[in-house]
Amino acid sequence: MDEKNVLEIRDLHTSFFTEKGVVRAVNGVDLNVPEGKIIGLVGESGCGKSMTARSVMGLVRYPGKVESGSIRLDGKELTGLKDQDLREVCGNDVSMIFQEPMTSLNPVLRVGHQVEESLLVHHKVNSRKEAKQEVIEMFNHVGIPEAEQRYSCYPHELSGGLRQRVMIAMAMICEPRLLIADEPTTALDVTVEAQILRLMKELCEEHGMSVLLITHNLGVVAEICDEVYVMYAGRIVEHASVFSLFDHTSHPYTKGLLSSIPRIGKNPEYLHTIPGIVPNLLHLPEGCPFSTRCDLALERCRKELPELNAVGENHECRCFEAIKEG
Amino acid sequence: MKSAVKRVISMIPVLLGVMLLIFIMLRIVPGDPVTVLLGEHYSQETIDRLTAAMKLDRPLLEQFISYVLGVLKGDLGISYVSKRPVTMMILQALPYTVKLALMAAAFAWVIGLFAGIIAAVKENKIPDRIFMAFSLAGVSVPVFMSALLLQYIFAFRLKLFPITSDGSILSMLLPAIALGWNSAGSIARLTRSSLIEVMQADYIDTARAKGLKRRSVIFGHALKNSLLPVITMMAIQLSSMLSGAVITESVFGIPGIGRLATTSISNRDMPLLQGTILFTTVVIILGNLIADLLYSVLDPRIRSQM
Repeated sequence: MDEKNVLEIRDLHTSFFTEKGVVRAVNGVDLNVPEGKIIGLVGESGCGKSMTARSVMGLVRYPGKVESGSIRLDGKELTGLKDQDLREVCGNDVSMIFQEPMTSLNPVLRVGHQVEESLLVHHKVNSRKEAKQEVIEMFNHVGIPEAEQRYSCYPHELSGGLRQRVMIAMAMICEPRLLIADEPTTALDVTVEAQILRLMKELCEEHGMSVLLITHNLGVVAEICDEVYVMYAGRIVEHASVFSLFDHTSHPYTKGLLSSIPRIGKNPEYLHTIPGIVPNLLHLPEGCPFSTRCDLALERCRKELPELNAVGENHECRCFEAIKEG
Repeated sequence: MKSAVKRVISMIPVLLGVMLLIFIMLRIVPGDPVTVLLGEHYSQETIDRLTAAMKLDRPLLEQFISYVLGVLKGDLGISYVSKRPVTMMILQALPYTVKLALMAAAFAWVIGLFAGIIAAVKENKIPDRIFMAFSLAGVSVPVFMSALLLQYIFAFRLKLFPITSDGSILSMLLPAIALGWNSAGSIARLTRSSLIEVMQADYIDTARAKGLKRRSVIFGHALKNSLLPVITMMAIQLSSMLSGAVITESVFGIPGIGRLATTSISNRDMPLLQGTILFTTVVIILGNLIADLLYSVLDPRIRSQM
């Protein structure tokens, strides 16, 4: 891969220092987001995918903190930046959409104001009037009908889908290089979900923007992503192009995820589940973190952590079995 | 707006109910006002004459109706003791109480908000601990204690202020601080906890992700949300101060509404007591109404329901 990467994460460690011990939410993640691509980051709840995104934005809350590793945005190192310098990057070069459009907008401020704040704080416009004009244009652009009236609406006056469009407008308004979308459609109706995904894909193609899409929905991944990273217990366990991931699924965890998707007409009585539960991040098992739930786990898997190794073209997997096969 | 009018109209039955309650209570308590009024030497004839003059021989319902009609005309009756109209007495006492209440509220709000915001921003750090210790003291030390303490130190020992108040701003300072400290403490504590809670909200992450400075996040996004409950508390505190600070007024000898209430109780001066209670009720109800209306001005979610 010799394309230019907008975002490069190397060996990122983000941990929470709680009273019960250190929770390693992100445990050595490597991740690239190439220019103009939509990259999926998939995993169960609590696997560290949101924390990876929050680490980029400097949004890890106390008692959590980015311990080590490197996060580069267009070659610029973000870890260790002073809060003030990081704030100049956030909302400007990289912006983020959150899962809950219901609670992610400030209930007592007009949505137009909330969107134009980004413009004003990053000095993209000279006057409030100009800012308002740009916001209304952006509202039109992201498909908010009657943009002019919506500008002075409060969040509670809008539907969930419209609110998420407002969030997208807010994230897009400074034309960022990278958009991080943390489960942007999880809280929405399926029909609205499809609309929002299509909008994101269009915007991405139009503006040459890259997207890091965090989701637990493999259907969403298949629909719009170019590449996928699968995360488990704070680590990347598989990384591949979308086609390769679905055609040559290598990691037992990813296989489990895929077969957990209900399919019409295919033995409807039985839905496959992955046995067991996600290991407690306070007491991670020795060796491969998935070994406790894996059908194929060998003696070696319980003692030694496999590396992320190439198993095919553009395809890496963290599993001893998969390497053998590959 | 329509519902604001509705709210005002709904006050009427509340007021009537309160008037009925006061009316009944004062007729249940032992002791005949006529004998209280007459003192030690009187004949049965005098008693009958006075009872008739005061319309106390009429049926209770008639007494109540004539009382309500009087109130509507602004007539709260004649004080048994001073023989002056109760309305006049309340209007004379009011400026002292208003001055005291406004000064105490101003003190409480400025100090309380400032301390609460700083404490929340510096959560669990030294400024937080200091401010919270002071507000805990404010909330838990009773007013008569802080009033006497302030009076002893600053008026009696240091002679910086007059011991009793003559209504001037300077002489009202100590009473205002004594009365306001308590409110400042509760405002500071509520502001702190509310702001800390709001800072955990999702939209704060959104604001930070936008690249806003910490100061803009706190003042532009968090504060307005966190002040919603605080404003309600402020309005209710102000109305309770306006309805007379019984203890503070007594300690500093301020001839306000609170003093009027205490003297009317000890003199068994029924019309005056009735008048002050009614006044207090009206002020408290208005305070709550204003708190509700303010809330709806500040919170668009409630505004649209109105």
